[in-house]
Amino acid sequence: MSKKIVSMNVNGKKVEEAVESRTLLVHFLREKMNLTGAHIGCETSHCGACTVDIDGESVKSCTCFAVQCEGSEVLTVEGLAQGGVLHAVQEGFYQEHGLQCGFCTPGMLVRAYRFLKDNPNPTEDEIRVGMSGNLCRCTGYQNIVKAVQYAAKKLREDAHKPVTA
Amino acid sequence: MNAPDRKAALQGMGDSRLRKEDARFIQGKGNYVDDIKLPGMVHMDIVRSPLAHARIKKINKEKALAIPGVIAVLTADDLKPLKLHWMPTLAGDVAAVLADEKVHFQMQEVAVVLADDRYIAADGVEAVEVEYEELPVVIDPFKALEKDAPVLREDLAGKTEGAHGQRYHHNHIFTWDAGDKEATDAAFKSAPVTVSEKLLYPRVHPCPLETCGAVASFDPVRGELTTYMTSQAPHVVRTVVSMLSGIPESKVRIVSPDIGGGFGNKVGVYPGYVCAIVSSIVLGRPVKWIEDRIENLSSTAFARDYHMTGELAATADGKILGLRTHVIADHGAFDACADPTKFPAGLFHICSGSYDIPAAHCTVEGVYTNKAPGGVAYRCSFRVTEAVYLIERMVDVLAQKLNMDKAEIRKKNFIRKEQFPYTSAFGFEYDSGDYHTALDKVLDAVDYKALRAEQAAKRADPNCPTLMGIGLVTFTEVVGAGPTKMCDILGVGMFDSCEIRVHPTGSAIARMGTITQGQGHQTTYAQIIATELGIPSEVIQVEEGDTSTAPYGLGTYGSRSTPVAGAAIAMAARKIHAKAKKLAAHLLEVGENDLEWEIDRFKVKGNAEKFKTMSEIAWAAYNKPPAGMEPGLEAVHYYDPPNFTFPFGIYLCVVDIDKGTGETKIRRFYALDDCGTRINPMIIEGQIHGGLTEGFAVAMGQLLSFDAQGNIQGNTLMDYFLPTAVETPHWETDFTVTPSPHHPIGAKGVAESPHVGSIPTFTAAMVDAFAHLGVTHLEMPHTAYRIWKELKAHGLTH
Repeated sequence: MSKKIVSMNVNGKKVEEAVESRTLLVHFLREKMNLTGAHIGCETSHCGACTVDIDGESVKSCTCFAVQCEGSEVLTVEGLAQGGVLHAVQEGFYQEHGLQCGFCTPGMLVRAYRFLKDNPNPTEDEIRVGMSGNLCRCTGYQNIVKAVQYAAKKLREDAHKPVTA
Repeated sequence: MNAPDRKAALQGMGDSRLRKEDARFIQGKGNYVDDIKLPGMVHMDIVRSPLAHARIKKINKEKALAIPGVIAVLTADDLKPLKLHWMPTLAGDVAAVLADEKVHFQMQEVAVVLADDRYIAADGVEAVEVEYEELPVVIDPFKALEKDAPVLREDLAGKTEGAHGQRYHHNHIFTWDAGDKEATDAAFKSAPVTVSEKLLYPRVHPCPLETCGAVASFDPVRGELTTYMTSQAPHVVRTVVSMLSGIPESKVRIVSPDIGGGFGNKVGVYPGYVCAIVSSIVLGRPVKWIEDRIENLSSTAFARDYHMTGELAATADGKILGLRTHVIADHGAFDACADPTKFPAGLFHICSGSYDIPAAHCTVEGVYTNKAPGGVAYRCSFRVTEAVYLIERMVDVLAQKLNMDKAEIRKKNFIRKEQFPYTSAFGFEYDSGDYHTALDKVLDAVDYKALRAEQAAKRADPNCPTLMGIGLVTFTEVVGAGPTKMCDILGVGMFDSCEIRVHPTGSAIARMGTITQGQGHQTTYAQIIATELGIPSEVIQVEEGDTSTAPYGLGTYGSRSTPVAGAAIAMAARKIHAKAKKLAAHLLEVGENDLEWEIDRFKVKGNAEKFKTMSEIAWAAYNKPPAGMEPGLEAVHYYDPPNFTFPFGIYLCVVDIDKGTGETKIRRFYALDDCGTRINPMIIEGQIHGGLTEGFAVAMGQLLSFDAQGNIQGNTLMDYFLPTAVETPHWETDFTVTPSPHHPIGAKGVAESPHVGSIPTFTAAMVDAFAHLGVTHLEMPHTAYRIWKELKAHGLTH
């Protein structure tokens, strides 16, 4: 199969690679870009372990071809921390014991990141619905809800912090 | 720092400290098998049978081999010269690695394709042509035992003796029994009341989020084999691989890296692993095999498929006199059940449960069918899920027959606190328990009387739109396999191990023979050592899973890590502690008897100013040992447990069933667990949430079924019920602490209790909702459709 050149921004860095048309974004990220945070848990787009953020939306990268991301801004779990500082969602999952085996965690984090941007002050029900595209077999979701609530609170507090000169 | 502050600084036993392993997972830096890339690595994919029972007439590799990038196609014929086309199973049977002349279940492995990348390997799989001649299919295990049922295992023709005794039919595997048949039959003959119920525990699958896989890498220069594998038991795999391949065990290295959930699914040795290893040896290059979800659900070890008949004999006022049960166990095409060798039905004989039953007997018969091989401990310590389901259902059946309250009948029959250690009618010696206290705690917490009053009021109201059910389960598990005199896997006794090395500057590294798959060992094991040695858990590195560095162990499943490896950890730490005491005495120039241990230091009795911390002692161990003492500060311990452990729990569930639709709302689920000593309450609570959620899925929606042609149904996440955050109920957790008297830190293990205990609790609640209409049992899963049919049958809906 012949290859196409695809160019996109991944975690703020421009990348340009030759890929087959049929290469899924999740394989492009994991194998070409060596960003193995996004995981593969199914082939029917149910589990959400492959969730990334593309142009401001949560997307399951197993259901998207790399060539469809031409010119896009792609954010993976590896891009959440900035300057060595964990993002509030990462801090929340750590503080509230929102992970056990860790396999669903990157997808959960990238989804929570976008969910809280869309809904900064969610109710518990809204969190459960908002995160329902990501399956977990270990936690029973209860602490994941608390993790997202922790992150929501932290993001709201940080947003109100005075900006220092 | 004062003593309480020093204790807190250790973050040892009992501390809900945050987890040490989280840092890599929250930054996407975990190291799972599919993350591993080795230079020159090729990909392997599997050609699978579309038919459940058929002869293989011809396999045509040509079209596949013609695809650019396809390197090789292997079938059973290629494995025959190596005698690897069949392999021994954990249950004393043999299983095909690649189908040899016939296939026995849909999706069975028939050939493997090796290619430059996974896409080309998949192309190759589609291009392999296999001609089959269909054979009659057997799906029903009862029909499988009929006189003229089709022969499934032609390879066992004429073999009337199996690994577990006589085989009386070509599709029969074993008959196993426990207890006293005569005493039990006598009890039933003379009992005033007997009840009987058929109870199916349907076939489900552990479905961890990460599927199974391996990266096998044979180095032809060194003659060494390294295999990264999703394995819950890497040392056993190493021994088996050495025996099968002929490579000396010292040149075989199995590495279980980060594992994305196991739940028992990753205990067995699958054809994919064997083929990846063989391919790597043949090619001299690394070979990666990662299965997809459909493959995982269709071909890897399933769980349950126990067709049980339960019977209880009792007095007229509800005192149980006898328990009898018969089980037909559907093992699929090969008995690949992961059980200790002597127990083909696992620890099913824990089925007398939390009750003082004088006479009991159980019989389990294993049967072959045209389904995937297995079964497995799906978070249940070897058939304990089935045993607990059986006894808890039967106690409710008896309660309903006698019109007795379901809590009262349990109190009446509980083993009393004073009776521990208690030997059951099946010969288990329960270590400790206090069921009455725990039950009272739960009944108070939920205001049980008020719930029953509410239920009565709702039953009396014909306009009430819901049926309300209250499910109560009071379970005892048997975990922590196990004493080597009783428990072995393929001949290796089920001990476990720990080695600890304290560094000169006071931090430490420790390795064990178990392997975490999310249970938090890197944190909880460090906490045990922290309390034993007075070193902060933050600086104790815990490693598992690399057979070249970790001491030999039997792995993690069956809730055995804390009971067995946790004990080894404490014992190894105590060896170091004893040496440290000698060193401290030498440094302080006193006798050992003049010293007392306080949190992180040895103090001279009556002279608080004179002490040596473990940190100071560590330094001295490397430069100032007294004459006759070896330098260094380390120890290893292999622990052979004297007994199993017996965690228990009291679970109560309230359901409201919509009379019109059959949809069930879980209004409340209260779970009290007693796992003895609690190492990290936060981690325990997380495990409970997870296990309850799995139990909810099993009871309310999971099922792997087969049609008459042996087509497996529901083997994708389109159909296999994995609840999201929306369906999953809110869980309430509670605890009591009844330590195990034989365990060095009194801990029993906990992670499987919520799965084992919750499943019958949901069924109990569903049945209780219909109990006033004479319903004594409802089969799982309790989907809305099934419940709607039940409502219709009672004229409650149309």
